[in-house]
Amino acid sequence: MSTTSPHRERPKRTARPAAKALANPGAGRSAGPATAGSARHSQRWLAWIFLAPTILGMGLFTLIPIVASVVLAFFRWDIISAPTFVGFDNFSEVVQDPTVRVSFLNTILFVVVAVAFQLGLALALAIMVQEKMPAWLRVFFRSAFFFPLILSAASVSIFMRYLFNEQFGVVNWFLSLAGIPAVPWLTTPGGSAAVVILVYVWQNFGFSFLLFIGGLASIPVETYEAASIDGATGWRKHLYVTLPLLSPTTLVASVMAIISALQVFDQPYVLTRGGPGDSTRTAVMVIFESAFQRLEFGQASAIGVLLTLIIMAITAAQFRLSKRFVFYQ
Amino acid sequence: MTTTTDHGLAGHSPRLSEGLPETSPNRRRFSWNFAIRIVLLLIAATLTLGPVLWTLSTSLRSPSESFKLPPSFFPWNPDFTSYGEVFQQLNIFLLVLNSALVTGLIAVGQMVTAAMAGYAFAHLKFRGRGALFSIVLATMMVPVQVTIVPVFMLIRGMGLSDTLLALILPAIPTAFGTFLMRQYFMGLPAELAEAAAIDGASPWRTFRSVYAPLAMPGMAIVGILAFNFHWNEFFRPLILTISEQNFTLPLGLVSLQGNLGTGSISVVLAGVVLSMIPALVVFMFGQRALQDGLTAGTGK
Repeated sequence: MSTTSPHRERPKRTARPAAKALANPGAGRSAGPATAGSARHSQRWLAWIFLAPTILGMGLFTLIPIVASVVLAFFRWDIISAPTFVGFDNFSEVVQDPTVRVSFLNTILFVVVAVAFQLGLALALAIMVQEKMPAWLRVFFRSAFFFPLILSAASVSIFMRYLFNEQFGVVNWFLSLAGIPAVPWLTTPGGSAAVVILVYVWQNFGFSFLLFIGGLASIPVETYEAASIDGATGWRKHLYVTLPLLSPTTLVASVMAIISALQVFDQPYVLTRGGPGDSTRTAVMVIFESAFQRLEFGQASAIGVLLTLIIMAITAAQFRLSKRFVFYQ
Repeated sequence: MTTTTDHGLAGHSPRLSEGLPETSPNRRRFSWNFAIRIVLLLIAATLTLGPVLWTLSTSLRSPSESFKLPPSFFPWNPDFTSYGEVFQQLNIFLLVLNSALVTGLIAVGQMVTAAMAGYAFAHLKFRGRGALFSIVLATMMVPVQVTIVPVFMLIRGMGLSDTLLALILPAIPTAFGTFLMRQYFMGLPAELAEAAAIDGASPWRTFRSVYAPLAMPGMAIVGILAFNFHWNEFFRPLILTISEQNFTLPLGLVSLQGNLGTGSISVVLAGVVLSMIPALVVFMFGQRALQDGLTAGTGK
């Protein structure tokens, strides 16, 4: 039973007879008592009134823009002159553009390294926090790992820029104590890529950590008892019990981590502005630059469509793969 | 090296672990496993909190001393000149006012609209309910960057470009909030509506006087999540606002950093600390709610 979801403790709706009528709206129309007719009628009106702000807002600000974005990807438009239809030109230009290519490659590399790092760290820390320790210490660790999540990525990137400064940064000062010469973190391609990943993981591993804590809490203690009777100790216990039983959580955590890493923008924008060169330019940064700096709205939309297709493909692939590797109790 | 005291992931339920014979208090002894684990966790916690502590501490150094190494982690002699300096270089009051206005209106707007939509999806009967709910959920998958160009045009078309409303309006309809509120209302028994109907209450009255008050904790989660997310938001304000009088805090801070170059760290960091205060308040009072909200709907 989860401790993170308040809804779970409430009586399950499906256990009630009324839920049957709800699961099949309209079924009661002829069967129901005649006196309920006006109530159902006013309910229907109320439903649409209640939904109106959400549905209209989403239609206007999400659904229409999605369609518009796809349509726009086939036009050349700079806002000033009238849009002209160019077919797949935007897509072929975008695919051949070296900056766009590099940015997509950077993004994929970033996702692979950052997500692996983030999930590994979160899982290791979650397992360590869940084992026996005083309650106040557990609360302290949980709060400490959760804390960066509440800060803005812009502020975090601002102070991290100073921490990683080559001459007066704290990171290099600590390294100098160990006799390591100053690392040019933000002025070399490798260094800035490393900083962007470190800062991103620093801020976001707490979210995966929370998911893993929830997952671990749902593994029955009896499973571990049985495993230890069978002779499993220490790391083997986690390898053969924790990891398989945690696989549904791992799937959710990895899907969410990948989707959010694919959209990384704030950290590289504030830390490095995509540089040096194109070394930390990400897909979303290129969308931003082509639309709002070069006014190539069609190309920006084409890049956006490509990014969405990649996100959808990866998510679908993950769920398909999960059928093989995810173990449900 | 595993001792019997380290057995089992007791987690949050001490009741279960207390029942195990292995954890009886008189078996307690020093465990290397425990010690190594705590040291590793302390290192991780230091790395997480250290940069924030350094930020706070350095903001309390005088601007001329802010570059000095070794770094300071504890503000022994706090010097508040950097804070005065921030107020001179940046119209902090306006930035805070803008951020508060934008974030507050989005939070309240999300709480109200999500509660209404969530209630409709959970307890009201109408045709196409399932399909409509699926569409709402599907919009959660679409990244904001993909729709930003058309949203930008739409805002221009509505004559709202470079206004705070441009930030507020598109952020109010919330798929995640609607989902969360639907789950919350599903947890409230349908019998309440039946009882209210027998007492002669209209469906509207039932919502306003019976269900909405009961759903306040859920609405609080939606509000806290919205506040935290939009207070920290950078991408949309960067695109949708142009003039400095419409900047929100994150934008103002980044522009402050740009103006100063590497002039003085402590002034920039003083601004960063000021921007963190609301987040800290939310953290202290709403940590549980934030955690619940973030992990809601993940199945765990």
